[in-house]
Amino acid sequence: MKNIILIFIISLFNFKISYALIEVDITRGNLDPLPIAVSPLHVDIKSEQIKDLKVKKLGDEISRIIERNFRSTGLFNPLKKEAFVQKPDIAHLKPRFEDWRLIKAQALVTGKLFVSNGKLKVEFRLWDLTASKEMTALAFTTTPKNWRRVAHIISDKIYERLTGEAGYFDTRIIYVAETGPKNLRVKRLAIMDQDGANTKYLTLGNELVLTPRFNPTNQLVTYLSYFRNLPRVYLLDIETGMQEVVGNFPGMTFAPRFSPDGKKIIMSFAKDGNSDIFTMDLETRVVERITEHSSIDTSPSFSPDGKYICFNSDRSGLQQIYVMKSDGTGVKRITFGSGIYGTPVWSPRGDLIAFTKVRKGRFYIGVMRPDGTGERLLTENFYQEAPSWSPNGRVLVFYRETKSGPKGEGFSAKLWSIDITGYNERKMGTETDASDPSWSSLLSK
Amino acid sequence: MKFNINLKNTLLILFAVFALSACSTGKKANNIDGDVYTGTDTVEYLAAGVPDRVFFATNKSSLTTKARETLRKQATYLRKNKNLNVTIEGHADERGTREYNLALGERRANAAKDYLMTYGISGKRINVISYGKERPVNTASSALAWSQNRRSVTVKAN
Repeated sequence: MKNIILIFIISLFNFKISYALIEVDITRGNLDPLPIAVSPLHVDIKSEQIKDLKVKKLGDEISRIIERNFRSTGLFNPLKKEAFVQKPDIAHLKPRFEDWRLIKAQALVTGKLFVSNGKLKVEFRLWDLTASKEMTALAFTTTPKNWRRVAHIISDKIYERLTGEAGYFDTRIIYVAETGPKNLRVKRLAIMDQDGANTKYLTLGNELVLTPRFNPTNQLVTYLSYFRNLPRVYLLDIETGMQEVVGNFPGMTFAPRFSPDGKKIIMSFAKDGNSDIFTMDLETRVVERITEHSSIDTSPSFSPDGKYICFNSDRSGLQQIYVMKSDGTGVKRITFGSGIYGTPVWSPRGDLIAFTKVRKGRFYIGVMRPDGTGERLLTENFYQEAPSWSPNGRVLVFYRETKSGPKGEGFSAKLWSIDITGYNERKMGTETDASDPSWSSLLSK
Repeated sequence: MKFNINLKNTLLILFAVFALSACSTGKKANNIDGDVYTGTDTVEYLAAGVPDRVFFATNKSSLTTKARETLRKQATYLRKNKNLNVTIEGHADERGTREYNLALGERRANAAKDYLMTYGISGKRINVISYGKERPVNTASSALAWSQNRRSVTVKAN
């Protein structure tokens, strides 16, 4: 009997992953990351020169970015290049599998690139060294200045092939860049690639800006600005730089977020000491009231199917998380643990809600199911909040502030990320102090 | 028997001394009552004897007796200066999530505004703005700093 079950399980397993022998399980903390060799991409010697770009070095650079992406997941262990056993061009044609296995690699990435007629042509292959087979291959053409994105797209394809889930490398993070003393912080909107490259500042710092959030379908951002000392929700097109106020209500509008189809903004509107939740249709400008309660209702976030909204309310006395239908009916409190709960954000997969919890003066980032069960606290610290999901729902980015001394010294705010497994906590590199991160969708789908 | 009574009295006295000392350290140390700031360290004045700010307990926007006293002084001052408009800035400490703190600051500023209005000051003269936790007056990470930052401040607008 036992044998029959075993065989049955094995055949299911084989069916699921077809011929590949290697795969990476991302549903648990991974203490044994997959050893992977990322060969430098071979640069065709007939490649043209491009201004401000060292074409000869591109093959090395791209492989280094791929390695860094892989290492940041905690799921892969990119091997040192000194140990590599074949030249990039030869390995790309046909690796000597047994030689690569000798350096303990289980997967190998090879590729080549060619610049001609002002275009960058790249191809790469992923090899399963255990099964001695090619797992995936892809070629694409783009403008040479997109070379970093090429590295991220290759990373996404390999991540997808090895884990069975979409990647999150060809993405950007918008956040608030912070400079200056603690009592008079200068805050600017900033955007960077997911790996910290290509930082750009989108506002000048003349007015306070907070809580930028990406539209899941395009390059629009919604955020709170104190322009002319009137805190209002704004919309910014990061391609054109166009800004407009969307929440011009007779009072403060704040805590904005897009609906999953990107067509509405949901936000809080505070008037006469009471904050309620409203939506505004960006096309018709029709405003709808969603909650009507004398308590504070804020931090709303839609479920990915658009049918539900989770939000933060103190209607029971202290901050707790509630879920309701998107028309505002059927309000249900979902947090009952000890402590207070804030900043609920629905996972793009729909299966979890991330939140901030405060208990006995400590701050936690955690996840729970949308009905409030299965609470898991991922990380504890002096102060941290505002989780935002990677587009595949596997990683959270949030910000953390340090305790400051009697004169405010030692204060800092930084972005951190953590897997929803609770493993792989990492500080993200930013040029300045940073807070309020929001992770974009995949740029190329 | 007599000894017993004496012992009882001594114990009572001892108990009273402990209770008093506990009480006074709770109140006097750092000028915090409960967790509401009661001192004058960060306070500025709209005019002589008219403090510009009131303080709140954690997560609360209810006005303490002292806060109401301060706001009555502000109301008297505003009644005497009929052409003066004010902005009430609501603030929170750094120990809450940003968005909730924005709402909380707004609620605190409005609690102060409402009280001024019950003392005859027109709502048209009072503008309200919340800064949440964005503008701490004391930048330390301590119970004292947080109590000084949980405040609403009345600022002259013209």
